Amino acid sequence: MTAFTDKQLVDFVYAEARLLDEQRFDDWLNLFTEDAHYWMPLAPDQQDPRLHASLLYEDKLLLRVRVERLAGARTYSQQPRSRSHHLLQQPSIERADRDAGTCTLRTAFHYLETRLDTQTLYAGWATHELVTENGALRIRLKRVDLVNCDAAFGSINLFM
Amino acid sequence: MSKYEGRPDAVTALVRDTEVHKDLYIDQELFELEMEHLFANTWVYVGHASQVPNKGDYYTTTVGTEPVVMVRHSDDSVKVLYNRCPHKGTKVAGEVCGNTGKFFRCPYHAWTFKTDGSLLSVPLKKGYDNTGFESCEASRGMAPVGAVHTYRDFVFCRLNAEGVGFDEFFGPSLSTLDNMVERSPEGKLQVAGGVLRYMHHCNWKMLVDNQTDTCHPMVAHESSAGTAVRVWKEAPEGTPKPMAVELFAPFVNSYEFFEGMGIRVWDNGHGHTGVADSIHAAYSPVPGYLEQMVAAYGEERAKQILGEVRHNTVYFPNIMVKGPIQTLRRFLPIAADKTLVESWTFRLVGAPDLLLERTLMYNRLVNAPTSVVGHDDLEVYERAQEGLRARGRDWINVGRLYDPAERGQVNVATNGTNEWQMRNQFRAWTRYMTASMSPNPVRPELVEGSAS
Repeated sequence: MTAFTDKQLVDFVYAEARLLDEQRFDDWLNLFTEDAHYWMPLAPDQQDPRLHASLLYEDKLLLRVRVERLAGARTYSQQPRSRSHHLLQQPSIERADRDAGTCTLRTAFHYLETRLDTQTLYAGWATHELVTENGALRIRLKRVDLVNCDAAFGSINLFM
Repeated sequence: MSKYEGRPDAVTALVRDTEVHKDLYIDQELFELEMEHLFANTWVYVGHASQVPNKGDYYTTTVGTEPVVMVRHSDDSVKVLYNRCPHKGTKVAGEVCGNTGKFFRCPYHAWTFKTDGSLLSVPLKKGYDNTGFESCEASRGMAPVGAVHTYRDFVFCRLNAEGVGFDEFFGPSLSTLDNMVERSPEGKLQVAGGVLRYMHHCNWKMLVDNQTDTCHPMVAHESSAGTAVRVWKEAPEGTPKPMAVELFAPFVNSYEFFEGMGIRVWDNGHGHTGVADSIHAAYSPVPGYLEQMVAAYGEERAKQILGEVRHNTVYFPNIMVKGPIQTLRRFLPIAADKTLVESWTFRLVGAPDLLLERTLMYNRLVNAPTSVVGHDDLEVYERAQEGLRARGRDWINVGRLYDPAERGQVNVATNGTNEWQMRNQFRAWTRYMTASMSPNPVRPELVEGSAS
């Protein structure tokens, strides 16, 4: 990972959030490796995504289903569509193995999702496990820990 | 004058042979009457005994809108108490679950109660000498609910002390719980994996109606399951079918499939889809599981247990059980237009972990607040909750495949798109709404000397 400066790693996280808020979901999906997961645990400090429930534990196929669904003509729950707003604290580099080309960043965030007249605020921490593929940074795991992950929620339609 | 309180005739008139009045979904007075009557006269699921394995273990929840605590008593029985200190009203058990030891202690004034609710001690008790304390409600401790029945570890309660018996209420519908339990090689279930909680701004009955509504999946879930099937078709040939696609795909099966899978209607509002076939029938075998089942039950019985592929079983009034995928959903009423949906999952004790993993994946894909299938459903419920305010139409139609001869028939299997099960629920709704409704409302609990 010698190719990437700390600033480039941090900017990658900002850019990812911006793609989501601009609803450029196909571009966003391209940031993930083929074996990637997007994980939203249901419990604080959850270690196991398989034998404990999560809000989301999606591989790339399921993420693609979500993205294509958002664009579907008969996706009534997105008529009208939701919008999102990410407010990120500066990401911190938690771990970096520059020889292996991998690193982990942690980012505190506030996330707003709106639809019609309802606006809902979520807060938590995103953890990005990044790898280098063909000279570019890619996400192998994005973990989103909500501060109230075990609360009852209404529909969460987009991506944090 | 109120529209429905003390007027069983007016309540009865809301349910016709093939139509139901919109007030069942939008009228807050009717909702309050449901809490007072329907949820007090029926056997309502509280929790599973595996949530309170040890003495003093408790779990707090609601029955209707009543706060209750389910607790393992010192004699190992499971008690259900109203979670309310008889002194000033404070909820005594505060956590969702925990262990209270030998007694509950109220955080306000340190009154303590045995785990059957009886009053154990009061600080400065002598201050109640010669005050008539013994004849006060408070001296009797935390109130137990009217009746509790634990069936194969599923704990149900009836808030009213008198009423329909457990066996009479459920009858042969308990076979769905039997089947889920028997799917464990050890005949034992454990609540496992956490609970998904999804807030709905709609009436609780919309969710109950939906459980046996087999004409909506191919329409409402075209966006989610339909997209999953389409995306999967683009995968290179020879790619193994992912578990998620296997779980999603049957949601967009044809009308003919759902007609053919059948619905069985029991008495008292209970019924299930998936008599001959179901969306859970064609999952891949889990390595080693059949062998375990054969070893436990013998080949014939094991195949019989696993061949029962019931889809959704409604236990009226407010839960749904899926035996083949080990989930139980509670539709918890909060207001006429607000419902909390809890989706619980079970481990089949002794069976491979992969079964629990599949159960949790199903629950996440279909029942989470982040679930695309859940989004499809909630959107139509919430649109209905708003649409029902319209004056142009006052009734909801539940007349699909209605036959006047169906009245009084129970334990009948029929076409899978028949709305008979919904009509069954509404007939039970009328029965248990009006069973304890006096035409001239008096409040006996307020009449001095009538307390028991």
